[in-house]
Amino acid sequence: MSAVQSDYIRPLDFKRGHIDMSHGAGGRAMAQLIEGLFLAAFDNEWLRAMNDQACFAVPEGRMVMATDSHVVSPLFFPGGDIGGLSIHGTINDVAMSGARPLYIAASFILEEGFPLADLKRIVQSMAEAAHAAHVAIVTGDTKVVERGKGDGVFITTTGVGIVPDGVLISADRAEPGDRILVSGTIGDHGVSIMSRRENLTFETDILSDTAALHGLVAAMVEAVPDIHCLRDPTRGGLATTLNEFAKQSRVGMRIVERAIPVRPEVAAACEFLGLDPLHVANEGKLVAICARQDADPLLAAMRAHPLGRDAAIIGEVVDDPRRFVQLETTLGGSRMVDWLTGEQLPRIC
Amino acid sequence: MKYVDEFRDGRLAQVIAGNIERAVQPARRYNLMEFCGGHTHAISRYGVTDLLPPNVNMIHGPGCPVCVLPIGRIDSAIDLALGEGIILCTYADTMRVPASHGLSLMKAKSRGADIRMVYSAADALRIAAENPNREAVFFAIGFETTTPPTAIAVREAERRALANFTVFSNHVITPAAIANILESPQVREFGAVPIDGFIGPAHVSCVIGSGPFEFFAEEYRKPVVIAGFEPLDVMQSVLMLVKQLNAGRFEVENEFSRAVTREGNVKAKALVAEVFELRRSFEWRGLGEVPYSALRLKRKYERFDAEKRFGIEYRPVADHKACECGAILRGAKKPSDCKVFGTVCTPENPIGSCMVSSEGACAAHYTYGRFREATMAEVTA
Repeated sequence: MSAVQSDYIRPLDFKRGHIDMSHGAGGRAMAQLIEGLFLAAFDNEWLRAMNDQACFAVPEGRMVMATDSHVVSPLFFPGGDIGGLSIHGTINDVAMSGARPLYIAASFILEEGFPLADLKRIVQSMAEAAHAAHVAIVTGDTKVVERGKGDGVFITTTGVGIVPDGVLISADRAEPGDRILVSGTIGDHGVSIMSRRENLTFETDILSDTAALHGLVAAMVEAVPDIHCLRDPTRGGLATTLNEFAKQSRVGMRIVERAIPVRPEVAAACEFLGLDPLHVANEGKLVAICARQDADPLLAAMRAHPLGRDAAIIGEVVDDPRRFVQLETTLGGSRMVDWLTGEQLPRIC
Repeated sequence: MKYVDEFRDGRLAQVIAGNIERAVQPARRYNLMEFCGGHTHAISRYGVTDLLPPNVNMIHGPGCPVCVLPIGRIDSAIDLALGEGIILCTYADTMRVPASHGLSLMKAKSRGADIRMVYSAADALRIAAENPNREAVFFAIGFETTTPPTAIAVREAERRALANFTVFSNHVITPAAIANILESPQVREFGAVPIDGFIGPAHVSCVIGSGPFEFFAEEYRKPVVIAGFEPLDVMQSVLMLVKQLNAGRFEVENEFSRAVTREGNVKAKALVAEVFELRRSFEWRGLGEVPYSALRLKRKYERFDAEKRFGIEYRPVADHKACECGAILRGAKKPSDCKVFGTVCTPENPIGSCMVSSEGACAAHYTYGRFREATMAEVTA
């Protein structure tokens, strides 16, 4: 037998290994997991310092912070996975204030027995998403729970960013006369999850639209600094976001069904599954509200960006003491777009 | 989407709307009942009413099998699931219907009853096969559309000699309900609703054919137009009814000719006739006791009959005092006439079944149409 090097340390078995309770115990196994997997993948100056916290200078301006927990099931779905979702989701929440996202913290709750191969895939996904967005994952935490007390992995991400001067985007700023825009087709993410969950195979692959939107937002703010409202319509879909804006801004809305972009495959799948695309989650789209005169330049800026090619003006804000969102149907009639009742799809993100 | 988008075309809708406008006699009122919950939903979801002239009045009928299920039957299902350690298989909509003692199937589930949501009778059969040491009961509801699949499930259970599969049958019959609305002394006592014509059910007619409706048209001298579920189908059917009424005709016409024939699905009907027989009477929520309106398993299939196996006794339960579901199901009142509509009774906390099912008149109006009240009512805040 050849001699074993004196400094040999048995590496993590990413092919066949599983998480066990020792990985969360604070001891040697946990240290190896953190160094061998998380630090190796996320690698940056803050993580290399190996402190329990990350220290960074705060640039001038107003700071924004947002947090999201991710419990999506299944963990891997057409177009993405929980890892990418967790990074995009928090980047987007920060970006919806007009802020440039800077740093992210990531916490993991792992279930005993979770395959290391899957965890590596997820962490890789997070590293790629963060890297592409020029955002650093600077600190984090790992816990392990007994088998049966988790569901593979839950990820919580918290992000911070800086809002440029003069940008004041808030859900209570919509005014009658404003225009409502969406950045692209709606319903893609929810349907992709549903198709994998229910083991449904459609002729076309419907992919989740999970994406980081801060670049799109930056382009939009440059074209129209005075955007009134921005939000990404995740759980509950476009309908929920519009109702939230209506309530917080104390206004009503009128939107036009024909103007709302929906991919034919998504429309067909929703028809088949009894879902309303307006209530289906999105993970790479945003809703914007701006003054009437800013709508055309804003639309142009969105369409010029790869993530806003299918952007459209879908309606306008009106005076309505009841705060209702009304839709002009393809038929020319009217109906309400209401808050979602109960749950449409559990654990969508 | 082929066969779908064409029937939602806005331009065509405007054309038909124009035709209806020109066809109606200005001084006359046309009271048309759409029987099916699917039509109620389509009308609300597309805002079809906005394209109809004001003297065409759409009345929502009792064609929602969840809505007409009496509380007592759900109580029986809950007792089964809670008391005897059974796996109760049910459609999703039924789970939220409020029953006695503040319970629903959903709430019973959170108390530990093994209640499973299924998409079809075949799913229930599979659950029975996978759990040979437990009893699996399929809570079967529906009009004639869902009855053939239940019949197939029973026949399949027989073929596979499954000893642990039973059906709790709450299947109901469409023509009997229509007759009841038009005829029953009880309905007359509660307040007759003037109905001039019917929009006939789409999928039910795929199974039973358009033939059975000829009796009504003839006997009660009311026209019936069988309509598809898309909004243009509904509008075209309204036009056909208006024309019949103007001409004093009372025939059965088939607008849904792409799917419905006069005989219907002969094989499906034969299967149902093989497995089921008519009950002498059955209570319908809102309509009271209706004779020969519901189905139970025949004697030769009684080993698959949950009522026989578990000795289920039916105890009628009165609706909540403020609930107007009964009147709404008969078309005597509109959802906004109900004192608790939209306040105490909402889709999140339904008091009556019309608010539970997405095809119920109250749920449809709440979700899609309640903004109309706002524009007409005084704004106080």
